[in-house]
Amino acid sequence: MQGLARFFKSLFLFELMKGLSITGKHLFARKFTLHYPDEKAPISPRFRGLHALRRYPNGEERCIACKLCEVVCPALAITIESEQREDGTRRTTRYDIDLTKCIFCGFCEESCPVDSIVETGIYEYHGEVRGDLYMTKEKLLAIGDKYEKDIAAARAEDSPYR
Amino acid sequence: MNIYHDYQRYIDTTFYVLVVIIPLFVAVAYTTWLERKVIGAMQVRIGPRTVGFHGLLQPWADMFKLIFKEIIIPEKANKVLFVIAPVITLVSAVAAWAVIPFDAKLVLSELNAGLLYVLAATSVGVYGVIIAGWASNSKYALLGAMRSAAQIVAYEIAMGFALVGVLMAAGSMNLGEIVTAQKGAYGFLNWYWLPLLPLFVVYFISGVAETNRAPFDVAEGESEIVAGFHVEYSGMTFAVFFLAEYANMILISALASIMFLGGWLSPLDGWLSQEILAIPVIGWLLGSGMHWFLIKILFFIFLYLWFRATFPRYRYDQIMRLGWKVFIPITLVWIVVVGGLVLGKVSPWWGA
Repeated sequence: MQGLARFFKSLFLFELMKGLSITGKHLFARKFTLHYPDEKAPISPRFRGLHALRRYPNGEERCIACKLCEVVCPALAITIESEQREDGTRRTTRYDIDLTKCIFCGFCEESCPVDSIVETGIYEYHGEVRGDLYMTKEKLLAIGDKYEKDIAAARAEDSPYR
Repeated sequence: MNIYHDYQRYIDTTFYVLVVIIPLFVAVAYTTWLERKVIGAMQVRIGPRTVGFHGLLQPWADMFKLIFKEIIIPEKANKVLFVIAPVITLVSAVAAWAVIPFDAKLVLSELNAGLLYVLAATSVGVYGVIIAGWASNSKYALLGAMRSAAQIVAYEIAMGFALVGVLMAAGSMNLGEIVTAQKGAYGFLNWYWLPLLPLFVVYFISGVAETNRAPFDVAEGESEIVAGFHVEYSGMTFAVFFLAEYANMILISALASIMFLGGWLSPLDGWLSQEILAIPVIGWLLGSGMHWFLIKILFFIFLYLWFRATFPRYRYDQIMRLGWKVFIPITLVWIVVVGGLVLGKVSPWWGA
């Protein structure tokens, strides 16, 4: 009896009709596609994009060359060299991040005691020649200067949860 | 025989052929567009939208890309056959359109053996596939060609039997007469899809298998044999295969609508009074005409795309089982039933 039921079920293509009805319903479903260059998805203030080095409002760079980020970096993408400045403070002479090694885990930002190295919400960037994605201290500071307002706003928005 | 008249005839024939073929190629182009839109929608995407309004120029962009691409002929390939193969598939796909009636008097060639001609012409297409697979001198291409050949042989039989049923029902092999035989007082209930329902289903599924479309596309089988018989083809030679595949899809759809859904007949045919048909635009729209034929073709094309978006590919032995052990028995049984129905003059199909 069960075999007979199965025979007729397969003869009348029961399962296939069920499949067709599902795809048929999806034909009229709301589409999820985002028209990317025209529309952009909202990003979280915690988004981990391009790196930047920040400064204090008085223009002094935040980084004190503690090298915590260099140590914590799982991809060994950060290279730091430091020396004492004339005023006696310790500052970096070299702060490089190789973006081709970086895995954008955000550990450097979390480890930083002075909120100097941060990951911004910028995700549309590219390199045209070899070395473009090797970020030096100057490049990172420039990004920080340029986007300080966005960086500060994102940090302020996220501060209640930190 | 006057030479001028001969030339005149050639020019006329060429013109009529172009009148059919150019819209066919445009239809092929927009079938690819429709395919991407429909499958996209079924996968909750939206498909092409950037090139032209809603991506309407996408097929032309694809076409120009393929035209300008380099044609690579493998070094160890049989060069002559390699180039001829796609042409064979395309010619067979296009040639069958000669006998397709678009309207009561709108047909290139009113052939009395039209159905036979269509079967013969479309069957030649498989040679293109086999020759392409062999001439490429590639193991994947050869495997694809072998699969395709075995599959088409299996389904051609079921398809042929389904057509025999139509033949018995209509009593004619002329496609135009097959359509007029479906004319009656009960509109779409008079068409052959109702008395020949099993044959209709078998015919269309075999048609999907014949055109190597999903879920019967083992000849391409990209997960196991890359792209099947056309792995080695590129640029325009590949485009010709592509064109032939879609032209065949449209052809199978056209044949299915001629033989089972009454071709150019309106579904309300016979129910509408002369007064309604006399109303200027509405009467023309509701009455029989080419537009109904095109709508029916579009319906089958949509089914093709729907199947492709829904079903996973059959395993090879399952395809063979379905063809030989399910379809052929069903068609054989139903041919006997049709014989009985025709002899018994069952109305409304065979009354009077």
